[in-house]
Amino acid sequence: MFLFLLFLLFFTFPATTFAAESNDIIRVLTLQDYNTRVVLLGTLLLGVTSGIVGTFMLLRRQALIGDVVSHSALPGVAIAFLIGEAVSPGSGRSLHWLLAGAAATGLLAVVCVGIIRRYSVVKPDAALATVLGVFFGFGAVLFKTVQELPTGNQAGLQQFILGSASTMIASDVAIIAKATVVVLVLSLLLFKELAILSFDEDFAAAQGWPTGMLDLGLTGLVVGITVIGLESVGILMVALLITPPTAARFWTDNFARMTLVAAAIGGASATVGCLLSAMVPKLAGGPTIVLSGTAFFILSMLFGTRRGIVHRWLRQAANRSRIGRDDLLRAMYEIIEARLVSSADETVNADGLNISPSLNGGEATVEESALFARQAVQISELLNHRSWSARRVRQVIAAAEREGTIRMDSETGWRLTSSGATTARRAVRNHRLWELYLISHAEIAPSHVDRDADDIEHVLGTEVIEQLEQLLASRVPPAAVPPSPHPL
Amino acid sequence: MIQLLGLDPAYAYFASRLNTNMEPGTRNQEPPLSTGEVVHPEWSPLSIHDMTVAYHRQPVLWDIDYDAPPGKLIAIVGPNGAGKSTLIKAALNLIPTISGSVAVFGGEYRKQRGRVGYVPQRSSVDWDFPVNALEAVTMGLYRKIGWFRPVRKRHRQLAMKALVRVGMQDFAMRQISQLSGGQQQRVFLARALAQEADLYLMDEPFAGVDAATERAIVDVLRDLQQAGKTALVVHHDLQTVEEYFDEVILLNLRLVASGPVEEVFTTANLRATYGGKLALLDQVGHRMTMRGER
Repeated sequence: MFLFLLFLLFFTFPATTFAAESNDIIRVLTLQDYNTRVVLLGTLLLGVTSGIVGTFMLLRRQALIGDVVSHSALPGVAIAFLIGEAVSPGSGRSLHWLLAGAAATGLLAVVCVGIIRRYSVVKPDAALATVLGVFFGFGAVLFKTVQELPTGNQAGLQQFILGSASTMIASDVAIIAKATVVVLVLSLLLFKELAILSFDEDFAAAQGWPTGMLDLGLTGLVVGITVIGLESVGILMVALLITPPTAARFWTDNFARMTLVAAAIGGASATVGCLLSAMVPKLAGGPTIVLSGTAFFILSMLFGTRRGIVHRWLRQAANRSRIGRDDLLRAMYEIIEARLVSSADETVNADGLNISPSLNGGEATVEESALFARQAVQISELLNHRSWSARRVRQVIAAAEREGTIRMDSETGWRLTSSGATTARRAVRNHRLWELYLISHAEIAPSHVDRDADDIEHVLGTEVIEQLEQLLASRVPPAAVPPSPHPL
Repeated sequence: MIQLLGLDPAYAYFASRLNTNMEPGTRNQEPPLSTGEVVHPEWSPLSIHDMTVAYHRQPVLWDIDYDAPPGKLIAIVGPNGAGKSTLIKAALNLIPTISGSVAVFGGEYRKQRGRVGYVPQRSSVDWDFPVNALEAVTMGLYRKIGWFRPVRKRHRQLAMKALVRVGMQDFAMRQISQLSGGQQQRVFLARALAQEADLYLMDEPFAGVDAATERAIVDVLRDLQQAGKTALVVHHDLQTVEEYFDEVILLNLRLVASGPVEEVFTTANLRATYGGKLALLDQVGHRMTMRGER
């Protein structure tokens, strides 16, 4: 929560501090600058593409490969620059040349990880960390060397670390656009293939898919996107790959939809981050994009409709109130039942348990429902029946009344409605089926089962109830409410 | 390959001799030792010849010779670490073998893939993957659908039919993460059924499942047999072997015995399978595994 507030602060900060420059802000937001439009388009496409590739990567459990690639691209950039300058001074700064170098060492790093995993006993995560450390360390050393060269300082290689989206020009955007098209086409064509590879590699291989090639293709996409994003986002590119799909998982349980949501979140993070860094000159492009991605992630984690924290809280609260209602209705049913049984001409069986077949046998009849609905239960009786506090009783009564399962009889008394009587009957029946099961099959003492059944009965689904009915068929007639196996 | 791994060929010979050192009559077929010509009978759904496996922390299998009879339900039985899963994976070419060859219906596995259905161990995948039961089963059809082509309605209908066969039709739209262990196992089985294969290889389908699932799986196995299909099933529960299966393979790093349950499933053979590993075999196997990792 605290983090979230921090991010809110982070977002409102530029707006308040730079209010004086509101003209600039409006200029940026309305995309009046050609330059802004170019940069925005570039980062947007980059965000969308990395959201898609990232989804495959995440589900393939290769999230950290992106990390390795982006860090290992650094020495490639430096080496490409040094070679270029050595061959003909000035040519080392060509973007294509630098990116080719980045791709080369990025790929080399992935290959190294693969070799270590294949031929040594080193654990996979250690292999990743080792390769990343070695390549990044080497890159840092080379960068230092480059900076000490006379031409090195103006080479602008520094931007490959933190990224600078604002220096993007039309030709950069053209590269990104081409990459986007390639990624979109490939992920549409290979969606099913990548899905089966990610879910169950062995099964895919047994079916005859070339899993090695598919994996290589996916790694190729990751390397490609990372390298292309290196200039504008920097080595934090890995965050733009992983954060959007991780956030998307909070919103959906469907692979295809998750990919779309990840693309949207990736695009949105890139756009927001890019606009912010355009409005506030001191904000570096790459980190700002990554931080806005993180903000989307936190929002998703809180409010996601599938796995969001708030969503889960609400569901749990709804569950708690359902449990409270079931307990209330069951208590009322049992109180009324005891009353009816003691007033009726009861039979006592060998176990000394009350059995009243006319009352409990067979399907719930209209008469039976009416019988239960006619009786009023006093709050004092409920308090005696269950160890509830007066406050808890008031709460569950209010909830049940809203729901229409009980209605007021007098100041202190409540009645079941006919729908309430049906629900109550079902709750009692489930509870007792479970109790009987515990006694007959799990050999738990009758005096102990009430407590156990209390915890469990609310999670019994129809499937389990059906199984209980089958197991207890000899003891409980179909649809009948068995008598309580213990004194209430 | 053996030489590559630095293993003395004498060991391989030693291993092949070990295998013949067992109760008479339990061996499926004597391998053609000196001819060098590998003969895989066409009638056998799965024919394994002289296969040795040593791989990355996997248990070792020594010189397996086996021809599965057609139309039978075959249990693969053995203690933990005996190489039961390894046998299946090696037969499916999922892990490399050091020597030997495998044929499916007399042909190369590569060409017969469509006729083989595989049910991996349930624990081998991440069930948090964002698909529902129906989509997971549809994956069994992906190879038939082919490269680049999308899943269509008729494929989903086929997948639904497979779900019905394992009694999971009511859970088609349920997320696989929200299914019980037994239901997940049935999804795996349905996915293999959707492949409409002739030979099924199942890795512990009965592990940790509820009674309803166990019944459902047994019913499916019977159906498969009725339809003339063959199933090799890694099985843990010795008590149900006789009830569920026609044939049994007793495995412990080597093939101890194989054949009809009533002939092979004997106390003597079980003792040979479960009564401790052959110390030397295990030790050499471990050395080979370590070599493979270096």
